[in-house]
Amino acid sequence: MEDTIKIEDIIKPENIVFEKTSCLTDNVLSYCPGCGHGVAHRITMEVVEEMGIQDQTIGIAPVGCSVLAYDFMNIDMQQAAHGRAPAVATGLKRVYPNKFVFTYQGDGDLAAIGTAETIHACNRGENIVIIFINNGIYGMTGGQMAPTTLPGMKSSTTPYGRNAAMMGHPIKITELVAHLPGTCYVTRQAVHTPGAVRKAKKAIRKAFENQKLNKGLSFVEIVSNCNSGWKMTPVDSNNWMVENMFPYYPMGDIKDE
Amino acid sequence: MKELRLMKGNEAIAEAAIRCGVDAYYGYPITPQSEVMEYLTAEEPYKTTGMVVLQAESEIASIHMVHGAAGGGKKSMTSSSSPGISLMTEGISYLAGSEIPCLIVNVQRGGPGLGTIQPGQADYFQATKGGGHGDYRLIVLAPASVQEMADFVDLSFELAFKYRNPALILSDGAIGQMMEKVYLPEQKERLTDEEVAQKYGDWATIGKSPNKERNILTSLELQSERQEKHNFHLQAKYKKIEENEIRYEKINCENADYMLVAYGMSARICQKVIQLGKEKGINIGLIRPITLWPFPSQVIKESANNVKGILTVEMSAGQMVEDVRLAVEGKVPVEHYGRFGGMIPSPDEVLNALEQKLIGK
Amino acid sequence: MAKVRGAVVIDTEKCKGCDLCVVACPTSVLLLAKEVNGKGYNYSYMENPDSCTGCMNCAMVCPDSVITVYRLKPQKSAVEA
Repeated sequence: MEDTIKIEDIIKPENIVFEKTSCLTDNVLSYCPGCGHGVAHRITMEVVEEMGIQDQTIGIAPVGCSVLAYDFMNIDMQQAAHGRAPAVATGLKRVYPNKFVFTYQGDGDLAAIGTAETIHACNRGENIVIIFINNGIYGMTGGQMAPTTLPGMKSSTTPYGRNAAMMGHPIKITELVAHLPGTCYVTRQAVHTPGAVRKAKKAIRKAFENQKLNKGLSFVEIVSNCNSGWKMTPVDSNNWMVENMFPYYPMGDIKDE
Repeated sequence: MKELRLMKGNEAIAEAAIRCGVDAYYGYPITPQSEVMEYLTAEEPYKTTGMVVLQAESEIASIHMVHGAAGGGKKSMTSSSSPGISLMTEGISYLAGSEIPCLIVNVQRGGPGLGTIQPGQADYFQATKGGGHGDYRLIVLAPASVQEMADFVDLSFELAFKYRNPALILSDGAIGQMMEKVYLPEQKERLTDEEVAQKYGDWATIGKSPNKERNILTSLELQSERQEKHNFHLQAKYKKIEENEIRYEKINCENADYMLVAYGMSARICQKVIQLGKEKGINIGLIRPITLWPFPSQVIKESANNVKGILTVEMSAGQMVEDVRLAVEGKVPVEHYGRFGGMIPSPDEVLNALEQKLIGK
Repeated sequence: MAKVRGAVVIDTEKCKGCDLCVVACPTSVLLLAKEVNGKGYNYSYMENPDSCTGCMNCAMVCPDSVITVYRLKPQKSAVEA
């Protein structure tokens, strides 16, 4: 009996349960197939759409793979120098305390060259949201070692694996900023499964709600993949991420005040 | 009525910033300009005009905070001294590339490196030739008095917003630290968010309203054709600034046999040199560039028709002298006299140099 | 019991064939095509459309937001069934 329902009967505007948010542009994402950036972009913009704050939200794009975030997020944006997004966001938010300001940064940008800007924006309790994509590698420049690269992990500048004795240890910057009194919400999420995506979106929503309540800085890390840099298929890279990244960067809220 | 006060140059900059309705100051302490932020934090303009004052974690953060606020169409500024300006050059290049109007104040000290905390004028190249990477120009104003420290704040913002370009006040530790009387401008209201939206809504990142294209401030363009086009646009803008915004002062230039070219602190010293020359029967004039970029090349070139020689006086090993030589095109000898590393030339030294280098020849 | 019926429309020209939706689909509706799109990617398509429940899992993990999901309301299918 059910077979009498034709596909055309289902594919009608009134039956849409999911479509791309209008807070994303129609530009084709510049990311590699299967890259977590796309989902992170989408859920951030879905939150902006659902909160009805597109006209009050300004994003700060980083340097790295997501340098072109402004091509995809359908909002006003500034593109910051490498690592400086939290300072740019600070300057903007201080003169527009009622607008929503967020940065979107990768691990090289946020946890290496921009460490000072990150730590001090967090420490001042700037009333902004930081979305931090951690895939343990510099993607844009060709897969070099990042501050978050795991011990033993190969990259184009650690071709034999990261030797912690020589190159130091991966930095858990999220745990670090959780210690600062200026942060009100610090969480680590992922976007590799439907369930994880839904959770990550809830976290981003909470971060933006915190900003509305002037609670301080909300810091949302998303552990992600870099299948091109890791030299794996997208599906394999997600599996590798679960097996190797998650034990070092465990999921969940670190601080929620 | 304009208010008359006795103030340090650095304080005058700070007070003028409050009075001309600046929205935000982001800074980091460094001698000899720390009074700017000290004055602002003592005055607490956030309680009166609503001006934001924030001490950043570094000069790098300061300039990028300016990027954020100025990118929102707000009048935003920072100040520092030479080594701090070096740190800021990254951000200044981005501001120029993204065409974000703002004000940077450099109260110069002697260099290179950490150098000295005493005054210097050795950042001329950095200020006028770019400083950071890429083809860009800053509008550079050189105050020679505490009065001009105050006056140039408003003027800098006027020019910066007119051309959507960063402006830089190139002062030095002497002008910053000295106390003089200064007529302060009357208090201007800061623009409201609505006024900013109305005036700068076509480029400022203030939130995309449904009926308007979104505003993107970026210095990145991966397509070379488009990046070149952007550069052509910048160059056309710079040409327009060169055509319209040159400022200078001529002192005793009529019938002068020798010409001094000096800016800022050195120009003050040169005024005494003119007097000493007169006593010796040497007729000396002074051209004081007020805008170091755009540089008053034409007036210097014209002066070369009437004088026997030109001496530039700078607290550097000779930087502006290159621009003077380019302007003069070899018509008359152009020599340089400078002290540096924190030393200030005396009028006697300058007159001696003029006699030896130009008259004695 | 009425089965929830759904369907997806994939913007095949924008699909990059990453396979994440195929793995995420609990009812094995999706597969990557043998053919490629204009960019040379084996795009995702509904191989078993009858099994689609419109659960949105594919759209959740799609990095390129190329999947639109449709679902018939259960009571509607019940009536028709």
